[in-house]
Amino acid sequence: MSDRARITRRGLFRGIGTAGLLAGCKPSERPPTTTEDGEQPPPAGSAGALGPGPSPLEFTLNGQRQVAEVAPHVTLLAALREQLRVTGPKVVCDRGACGACTVLVDGVARNSCMMLAHDVDGAAVTTVEGLSQGGKLSVLQEAFIRHDALQCGFCTSGMLMSCQALLGRTQLEREDVEAAIAGNLCRCGTYPNVVAAVLDAAKGSA
Amino acid sequence: MRPFVIRRPKSLDEAQDAARERPQDGVLRAGGIDLIDRMKEGIDAPAELVELRGLADETGELMRALGPAGDGMQVGALVTLAQLAAHEGFGAARAALREAAGSAATPTIRNAATLGGNLLQRPRCWYFRHADLVCLKKGGTACLAVSGENKFHAILGGGPSFIVHPSTLACALTALDAQVEVRGAEARTIAIGELFLTPKQDARREHTLEPGEVLVRAILPKAGDDQRSGYAAVKEKQSHDWPMAEAAVKMSLQSGVMTDVRVVLGHVAPIPWRSREAEAALEGKPASAALFAEAAKAALAEARPLRDNAYKIPLAQGLLREVLHRVAGVPLPE
Repeated sequence: MSDRARITRRGLFRGIGTAGLLAGCKPSERPPTTTEDGEQPPPAGSAGALGPGPSPLEFTLNGQRQVAEVAPHVTLLAALREQLRVTGPKVVCDRGACGACTVLVDGVARNSCMMLAHDVDGAAVTTVEGLSQGGKLSVLQEAFIRHDALQCGFCTSGMLMSCQALLGRTQLEREDVEAAIAGNLCRCGTYPNVVAAVLDAAKGSA
Repeated sequence: MRPFVIRRPKSLDEAQDAARERPQDGVLRAGGIDLIDRMKEGIDAPAELVELRGLADETGELMRALGPAGDGMQVGALVTLAQLAAHEGFGAARAALREAAGSAATPTIRNAATLGGNLLQRPRCWYFRHADLVCLKKGGTACLAVSGENKFHAILGGGPSFIVHPSTLACALTALDAQVEVRGAEARTIAIGELFLTPKQDARREHTLEPGEVLVRAILPKAGDDQRSGYAAVKEKQSHDWPMAEAAVKMSLQSGVMTDVRVVLGHVAPIPWRSREAEAALEGKPASAALFAEAAKAALAEARPLRDNAYKIPLAQGLLREVLHRVAGVPLPE
């Protein structure tokens, strides 16, 4: 691969964003850590409580131990994307209605926008970044490509996680897949190909 | 979301102390689906979240229980809708609860949302959920649905507020004669009907729990071999949508004769709407298509639609008939 390939779309935007932010900031201002309104936190709570400021959080992310300082009001989605720079889970509706932010928490598909980062304390979180192993795409990802199970791709990272949670189940039927992706909105309407890809992957991995 | 503190009590006592200390700005949290939604919308900004999921005492155990209890069944308040939808112990007798749980929201939401949270969630009315509007429920002087957009509001039991009760499980649990156990300063077990408040009783609240009280579990009474039940909803979208109408039915069926009939409609009234008129029309009679049509008519006889929601009358009637046919095993006409 040439050096050119190392400039990623996200890297480019992030670079521009940071430069723009620094240009408009006084030196004392720090970059925001959430997309929220940045109000002053209330005074610290009593002993045994977490927050309201950044508090230690430890969990496993895609097989790697993560230690971070996250405020209690930060959602898992915001912490993943904005603090840990894991941007596979997407922000779309931010209300649990679309599934673009789906991750696995201890193997269970969850809307990362509707849970707090501190909810995964001690848990194992898998995002789409964790599906491939050593640069090799997973059986499910390969099946998605084979069956053309994506168009614009914005729902895909969440769709893959809902489908991944299904694999390993014995006797997977079309209805099971359709039910499992009922929380993942695909505006391109690629559902039939997603179902075909999952059934194919289930056969391949069995 | 405004910054807040998280507390993780290990026992109910600790949780109640935490909740009592700051009754105004502390809230109890189970799955958090409704709560996070309200915090994101800016209609709630608690200073403290008291987590219930980590309770390690006897109450915590009951809150996670799902299975037989005595000659009935228990469902803990922390049991998720996904667990309910996948549970095989409900049988035909209590199928309404399994079907209701599997119909709500989306699979990923159901992995987080709990029975307790589903029962105690705040209304989904778009005026209530709008941060800039002060409706009756938020201390205003009028229910904004009365003169506003009221396609999804109440046609039965409305006034002064016209919300529809948002809980899908409430509909099924009411049909199944459930009781709920509540623990506060004292423990009490009440019929599920006593958990809900009509807007005439209190327009600003939907349930009767006091600050610091925790809903621990739902208890389903003994079900005979001939008991059966069912639930269905109509929505604009099949997945992730709020019902326009729901129906839950329970009956004992012997040689085609229905007894101990319960008929409950959801998303038509500010509380799960038990239709005693429909129950009376069906009780002790042989199941038939004509009787079901009569019962459905009786169930909606008192309906008073607003400007945009008269469609709910035939919708709820048709849905109720469909569920009655399915539960009683009478083929649909046509």
